[in-house]
Amino acid sequence: MTPAGTATAAPARDPARVVRLPRRRGIELALIVVAVLLSVYGYCAVGLARHGAVPPGAAKYGAGLGVLALLAHVAVRLRAPYADPLLLPIGVLLNGLGLVLIYRLDLETPGDRAAPTQLVWSTLGVALFIAVALLLRDHRVLQRYAYVCVVAALALLTLPIFFPALNGARIWVRIAGFSIQPSEFAKVLLAVFFAAYLADNRNALAYTGRPVWRFRRIQLPTGRVLGPILTIWLLSVGVLVLERDLGTSLLFFGLFVVLLYVATGRTGWIAVGLLLASLGAVAVGRLEPHVHGRVEDWLDPFATIEAGLGPNQLAQSLFAFAAGGVLGSGLGLGHSILIGFAAKSDFILATAGEELGLVGLSAIFILYGLLVERGYRAGLALREPFGRLLAVGLASIVALQVFVIAGGVTGLIPLTGMAMPFLAQGGSSVVTNWAIVALLIRVSDSARSQYDGQVAP
Amino acid sequence: MTKYIRHAAAFCVLLLVALLVNALRVQVFQAGPYDGSTANRRATIARYGQPRGDILVGGEPVTGSRDTGEQLRYERTYNDGPLYAPITGFASQEYGTTLLEHAEDGVLAGTDPLLAPFPLWSDLTRGLPPGGKVVTTIDPAAQRAAYVGLAGRKGAVAAIEPATGRILALVSAPSYDPAELSGNRPATKAAWERLNRDPDKPMLNRAVRQTYPPGSTFKVVTAAAALDAGVVTDMDAQTDSPDPYTLPGTRTWLTNEGDGCQDASLREAFKWSCNTVFAKLGVDVGARDMVGTAQAFGFNDTGVRIPFSAATSTFDTSVDRAQLALSSIGQYNTRATPLQMAMVAAAVANGGRLRPPYLVERTTSRDGGTVSTAGSRPARQVMQPATAERMRELMTDVVEDGTGTNAAIPGATVGGKTGTAQHGLGNSGIPYAWFVSWAQGEQDPEPKVAVAVVVEDASANRGEISGGGDAAPIARDVMRAVLSG
Repeated sequence: MTPAGTATAAPARDPARVVRLPRRRGIELALIVVAVLLSVYGYCAVGLARHGAVPPGAAKYGAGLGVLALLAHVAVRLRAPYADPLLLPIGVLLNGLGLVLIYRLDLETPGDRAAPTQLVWSTLGVALFIAVALLLRDHRVLQRYAYVCVVAALALLTLPIFFPALNGARIWVRIAGFSIQPSEFAKVLLAVFFAAYLADNRNALAYTGRPVWRFRRIQLPTGRVLGPILTIWLLSVGVLVLERDLGTSLLFFGLFVVLLYVATGRTGWIAVGLLLASLGAVAVGRLEPHVHGRVEDWLDPFATIEAGLGPNQLAQSLFAFAAGGVLGSGLGLGHSILIGFAAKSDFILATAGEELGLVGLSAIFILYGLLVERGYRAGLALREPFGRLLAVGLASIVALQVFVIAGGVTGLIPLTGMAMPFLAQGGSSVVTNWAIVALLIRVSDSARSQYDGQVAP
Repeated sequence: MTKYIRHAAAFCVLLLVALLVNALRVQVFQAGPYDGSTANRRATIARYGQPRGDILVGGEPVTGSRDTGEQLRYERTYNDGPLYAPITGFASQEYGTTLLEHAEDGVLAGTDPLLAPFPLWSDLTRGLPPGGKVVTTIDPAAQRAAYVGLAGRKGAVAAIEPATGRILALVSAPSYDPAELSGNRPATKAAWERLNRDPDKPMLNRAVRQTYPPGSTFKVVTAAAALDAGVVTDMDAQTDSPDPYTLPGTRTWLTNEGDGCQDASLREAFKWSCNTVFAKLGVDVGARDMVGTAQAFGFNDTGVRIPFSAATSTFDTSVDRAQLALSSIGQYNTRATPLQMAMVAAAVANGGRLRPPYLVERTTSRDGGTVSTAGSRPARQVMQPATAERMRELMTDVVEDGTGTNAAIPGATVGGKTGTAQHGLGNSGIPYAWFVSWAQGEQDPEPKVAVAVVVEDASANRGEISGGGDAAPIARDVMRAVLSG
């Protein structure tokens, strides 16, 4: 195992071709300062819009976020000096913006303040980020713990079954007043497992066995290799049925199909995956009333209005986005609180859409897009399969999760309860996302420090 | 593997594009219908998010706004609510708006595009300009005199400045306090239900929204038609009028309250309100000219707006001779709002020229910049100036030594006409007491005020109720308030 933390230790297959990439830590620091200032500006804008004065906690808030970001930056400087300079600033900006939005919504619900708790969870998240950056010297260590990861993931996934359902979904574990959503942690563990499993078995999956059927370029996989995907599919459906959590199920399944395709290059996986996914979705949509209702709402968001029952949450969410228009109402000046329950968590994007407008919403989407792109870029730059699959898997988690929840609240796909990464209220989600960014930092550091001049990272 | 990672990346780009395109769809292309949805409370929240502009009477606001701190933040308040309710109407968070609050809602709520400093201002700032002011033509002294005069009896008063059409008083009784309906609390709902259940209909604006049989006050119209048409040329010449008068084509006898109406001259018949004379006069003028004159005064005009709409006063256009006879003494299908009868008096007072009545002098922005003004509206020649001159003579006689002596004001020229309108099945209801009049002070170059008063259920017993007894004193107080103002 080569220590990947320092430039001098970077393995050079051919010393003549070693290219020393710029470390770009200065750019990272500058971008972090911009991210913190933007967040503080948002915080002040809310106060100015609502009370005509800068909120009293603005300096404290800025200092807190700034210190957290700086500590993370120092950890990166120490242990991952070649890491991609965009990853950390994007995480800081999204987390800071999330805190601003939650603080802003707290003003509408004086009895239920979520921002202080979210700040505590963000601190924990950054602490985990620093711990990962400092302690995990090489991501390939994780490959050894693949089966520990999958057992832990399954344990976390089954845990909520023993706890009461909350708002129709059985995805919460309540301990000592804290709500934890174990499936959030499980997704990182599963990404590690998938990456390790597929890195080991990809040749067997791709080339052994006899194709059942060939049709032009689509090559359907053999019966033997269908085993793992069927297992994962059953697992996803199991999660869906037992916990009524369509979003997580969709995420796991999508993640597996993407990684399977990347590992084997077989288009057949996509065909089989889509087929199984639609079968599962149709079956559950028919049988499970909670999911069925979501599909009905998606097909006609305004049915409840026509029925005289008033607007449902999705309709209120669409109203909020529409009210934002191109430029938005301005922070603190919208009425997305009309969405009611889950306005700070699943529907947080509606507040961004209403108060920052299409411009702000697009900016947020593009930030996520950049985060995903940086992950993919690290995957492309690495030479060993586990790292590549891990980077692609982690980036795909973000991409799929953003699509599933953002598509849900904007009426593009049926709504499934999921947290908008970094933005939404929810401790488990914030901590998990910081872990994802930490792993991407680690992987990108390896990628850029081992740069061999073939693919530009 | 690199190729497949690129494919997966392309898939992610596809997802991103789908999100962006869908956001564009929801936030731009669907924004109109979503914003306009009745289930979307944003428009309501914005509407009540700032103080509503005020309605001014005599330079002072009669309305206000209260910050409730609730989601619908500002609530309407009223100073002297019951006094001005027939003008302001109510502005309720729950039950909408009426009367001026409704007609001038754009200015008051700040949504009128003319309030914006420049076009598209609201689109750029994404906020409303502050609510503007509505300056009314009401004379507060006249308004209060009318309100005090009615003293809660069912009835209404409308007063107009004849030369301009400015409405000086508009009172309906019994009234209500519109402030009770402003909010959206349970008490608001209770008040709404109580007011709607009330048999006296306190929310009905009797001055403009209720028509009554005008009875003898309609004889002003009939007399004007007869003079204009040349049916009567000498007001003091005897008319060929039997008493009782048999309605043409029937065996029904029409009688008078008093004696001395047989063959009475127009002056005497007007002074003592002879039904027989005027019924025959109407028939002699003929349906065409009667309808023409009545419509010139404003009857059958379905588009009366002051700026809120008034009920249509009617004079039946397809009548036989018997019906015409009854119509000409303000019975049968002849019905008028108090505002309409005030217009009749105003037209006489203004030399035969009728100015359409209006309630809003001008609207301004909150800072006082003029948004719109009433301007001068075209006058309509209702009767020849000479006819108007003779009508003034007839009406002055009524107040000097006829049925309307209660309306006399020392030092002023007052003309009037009483009316006692029978109604109900077989005329069983308590008659409506009417009085229409105008007044001109000694120093005034022209009459300053025209008034119509109706009292529905004067507490006097049936025999004694009369326009002169119940309605004339109210008209006198209103006219005096205007003349001394």
